[in-house]
Amino acid sequence: MASQLKRFAGKIREINQRYAKPRIEMSGAVKFALMALRVYLLVLVALLVYKFVLLVR
Amino acid sequence: MNPLSRLYYSFHKMWKSVQLYLILAGPGIVVMVADNDAGGITTYAATGAKYGFNLIWFLLILIPVAYYVQEMTVRLGAVTKRGHAEAIFDAFGAFWGWFSLVDLMIVDWLTLVTEFVGMTAALQIFGVPPWLTVMAVCVLMGIIVLNGRYWTWEKITLLFCALNLLYIPAAFMVNPSVHDILRNGLIPNFPGGFNGQLFFYLMANIGTTIAPWMLFFQQSAVVDKGMLEKDIPWGKFDTFLGSILTVVVAVFIVVVTGTVLHGVEIDSASQAAESLMKTNHWVGAFMAIGLFDAGLLGAICISLASSWAFGEIFGWAHSLNTKIKEAPWFYASYFFTLITAGLVVLIPGAPLVLITLFVQVVAVTLLPAALVFLILLLNDKATMGEFCNTKSQNVIAGIIVVVIVALSTLYGVSTLFPSLFQ
Repeated sequence: MASQLKRFAGKIREINQRYAKPRIEMSGAVKFALMALRVYLLVLVALLVYKFVLLVR
Repeated sequence: MNPLSRLYYSFHKMWKSVQLYLILAGPGIVVMVADNDAGGITTYAATGAKYGFNLIWFLLILIPVAYYVQEMTVRLGAVTKRGHAEAIFDAFGAFWGWFSLVDLMIVDWLTLVTEFVGMTAALQIFGVPPWLTVMAVCVLMGIIVLNGRYWTWEKITLLFCALNLLYIPAAFMVNPSVHDILRNGLIPNFPGGFNGQLFFYLMANIGTTIAPWMLFFQQSAVVDKGMLEKDIPWGKFDTFLGSILTVVVAVFIVVVTGTVLHGVEIDSASQAAESLMKTNHWVGAFMAIGLFDAGLLGAICISLASSWAFGEIFGWAHSLNTKIKEAPWFYASYFFTLITAGLVVLIPGAPLVLITLFVQVVAVTLLPAALVFLILLLNDKATMGEFCNTKSQNVIAGIIVVVIVALSTLYGVSTLFPSLFQ
């Protein structure tokens, strides 16, 4: 079990290394799109947290 | 060349084209028809019951919407020979890759649960207990994928797609008023004025048209089928035909419930089937069989979308052309997601309604990212070459993506805060 988990962690590290650098050219449009996505996801997470707080109350 | 020879030559050429299409047909039709999954059938049934034929025009608009989004996955898959998950990892790095993969896994699993909810509810109408439905579905899906050939899997799945057309004879059996369909359905109108509730229904219909798993599924299917750049026109035609089929089925469901159940509050497709049975047994039975088939098609595609994506990233063999011994992890992840989702439905008191609502919320975290990545990847000249998006394609796809993201986000938010559009 422990060796299986180790192998799995090793695989994840290998994937992270393989895809460490984005291949696509980071043009202005790409940077803007990725930034907009981050903001969008943050707003969604904030809404989910707000809903969770409302439910707990 | 005399006229007879010319006629023979034209016929021969056309027949060759049909034969070629029959070889290349599949991913587009399968993904589009499977889009009418258990949740989709419920949405269309409820739309017809609530607004009659008045929103048919809106469904017709969804043909180009679905086509323009999905045809991009055909080009991307055929050119890069990579699935959507691998393409995201490669182009945008590990952070966005893991985000997409983990999110896809969660959305797919939750959606799979809703497919099982639909399938068990459909067969319960005929007295089949849920445990038997779950077991039979798992065995059937096992038989479909374990034959070791993509071709066989695809053709069996296409048979289930054909069964989805059951709603067409059902619509004719309820004798709808063609005059009313043409007068109320084809002219854009907002029944009762543009209010919050109508907006909710429009959002729900858009939300069922493009789901995140569809992008991942079709691109991986195109790769597994081995489609090449030269096959792209046929792949696009296949997708176009599929987008017409999916909307035609949706329209006929609306016609059935709009004729028989107009004014009745519908919460689920199985409830619609039971109500229909009271007026016309066969129409209700067709509705229930169609619901089961829709859930099965959704389950077939969604579980594969996850397994393909995992295989791509973890480097496992991940083709339906491989035997279980050659791709154990691919099939293990396929059966794991399938069986666990099926078992959830059998747990007494499981929060199935909550899961159904939560799917919409989780889906809106992945859909915008997957769509934006799709457009960015289609603009990567270094990889796509001549198959890059043109300016007009970017304008059309951009508008569609903005509208889908806005409406599906509002739909997801409205499930969090139900009073928002009431």
